[in-house]
Amino acid sequence: MPQAQTKHWRDMLQRVDAYRWELPADYKPGMRVPARIYADEALLDIAGEEQAIEQAANVATLPGIVWRSLAMPDIHWGYGFPIGGVAAMSTDDGVVSPGGVGFDINCGTRLLTTNLGEDDVRPVLKQLVDQLFRGVPAGLGGRGDLSISSAEMDDVMRRGSAWMIDRGFGWPEDVEATESGGCLAGAAPDEVSTRARQRGHVQLGTLGAGNHFLEVQVLDAVYDRAAASRFGLSEPGQVLVFFHCGSRGFGHQVCQDYLDVMEEASIRYGIELPDKQLACAPIRSPEGQRYLGAMAAAANFAWANRQYIAYWVRRSFEHVFHRTAQEMGMHLVYDVAHNIAKIERHRVGDEDVELCVHRKGATRAFPAGHPDVPERYRDIGQPVLIPGDMGRYSFLAIGQPLAMQETWGSTCHGAGRIRSRHEAKRVLKGIDIQRRLADMGIVVRCHNRSALAEEASEAYKDVANVVEVLERAGISRNVAKMRPMGVIKG
Amino acid sequence: MALPKPDFEILEHTADAGIVAHGATLAEAFAHTAEGMYALMVDPDGVRELEARETVASGQDLPHLLANWLLELLFLTETEGLVFHRFDVDIDDTAMQLRATAHGEPIDRDRHALGGDIKGVTRHLLEVEREDGGYRIRVLFDM
Repeated sequence: MPQAQTKHWRDMLQRVDAYRWELPADYKPGMRVPARIYADEALLDIAGEEQAIEQAANVATLPGIVWRSLAMPDIHWGYGFPIGGVAAMSTDDGVVSPGGVGFDINCGTRLLTTNLGEDDVRPVLKQLVDQLFRGVPAGLGGRGDLSISSAEMDDVMRRGSAWMIDRGFGWPEDVEATESGGCLAGAAPDEVSTRARQRGHVQLGTLGAGNHFLEVQVLDAVYDRAAASRFGLSEPGQVLVFFHCGSRGFGHQVCQDYLDVMEEASIRYGIELPDKQLACAPIRSPEGQRYLGAMAAAANFAWANRQYIAYWVRRSFEHVFHRTAQEMGMHLVYDVAHNIAKIERHRVGDEDVELCVHRKGATRAFPAGHPDVPERYRDIGQPVLIPGDMGRYSFLAIGQPLAMQETWGSTCHGAGRIRSRHEAKRVLKGIDIQRRLADMGIVVRCHNRSALAEEASEAYKDVANVVEVLERAGISRNVAKMRPMGVIKG
Repeated sequence: MALPKPDFEILEHTADAGIVAHGATLAEAFAHTAEGMYALMVDPDGVRELEARETVASGQDLPHLLANWLLELLFLTETEGLVFHRFDVDIDDTAMQLRATAHGEPIDRDRHALGGDIKGVTRHLLEVEREDGGYRIRVLFDM
């Protein structure tokens, strides 16, 4: 709960430069490091309307936090941790917090290329979107068609994407183009509850609802030809497929289960928290290790889920175009997580240290040369996928070397909402969103009619402003911009 | 005389949505919270009473009891594909235990006007409090 305070963060906030702001550690009791916000003045004003900045300051109180509690320009009000936050804890004396990962463990994005042009797809767009809508279950009550045994579920948890590929649901090259090879080490199926498994069983291979989506996109602008070409992007007009989803009910249950464990653990280890949803345990404690094992299982479930959806995307294109996915060049550009905690090595001063990096609504953005960047991209940098909203555009970017010094190799994850679902519906009352999108050449299919207003452009910040701040700050750099032509929502 | 309080109202939140519910009794306030939760997912007028499920929950205090029960209902929705619109609730607030019957039917994507998919119950802003004439509950969902 918010503590009684006399100071307002606005009176304490220091401008580092045009895109960096800091709240010093003496802003509130218990802060161990300053909180840093990446934003221009306009985005800072939006972030400041709610409790997001206060939440970034709360995260700075967590034991073992190193350097700064970081907030990206798409920061908004979360539970405990802000959405759009990054926090790294020393594995020696730091904590891990399920709230710093989020309910949707390994929510992330995936981008596929095609060698089709907009002109090839436009005449059959409606048919293609319908086919994708049938092939990829979405929305409330959407169930997966994969029937797997309990032992197979354990394998999914341990192996992630590779499990799907071994069963023919993907290409071996997909794994190389997935963060961590689509499998986080240390997954512990024994630490996952029966309930999480049950929720996972019916939802493996489903997109979900809310801000999750699957879009057929058109390459709209290329800012860095060399990098784009390496990622398989050529000329504007090229058709791509971009989707966003995570670990579904499985990850939610793991988060829920461990919030309870961590609430008790926080008390047991004497960790004082300004907000209960920051509940955590020392990384080296039994509770911390159990959570990391269960979280890795959920992360692997999410990678398997996105792998299976990619399989259906390829099949749907094959069905509509009567050509193989190989012939259509449907390669995976990259799959990247934006809700995850990872044990990584980073430079702190002159030392090489092991940290637990929480990225809650933030995307890993390792620059050129980093050993975790796939070999084929290593001299360019890891692709970063940043979705916007269904009426505007999304971005493909790469991490910059400065990201390793300032943000643990992380950047933003999207636009960030500015209007609640109900406010969006109020503002858009009487407007037929489906028609408005159709007039823009965008075909949309959705199970939940009201979601169209809830997810309209008016509900989100302009993602172009968000990525621009990070480009100017030297954290990540734009490679290409894509616009939607077909949209599937839950 | 003050206007009667609505059974539930929608609580706005930038990224998600919640419910503020009222009830003359604790059991009624719990039932109205669940009604509100399902109203975010499906138009309640279109939900028929074809099936019922018995649910039980416990918790260390009232907010935990409420959250655990709502999670129990969401579990049935996810795994059995059921939506509910009426709840008979019985609470023992000394033992912190709840027993409730949920009435509803399987999701029918052609007939039901579907809303959002609630994925979790957050502890953020969670409150179960006494107010004039009964109880007030506030809960925020992860959507």
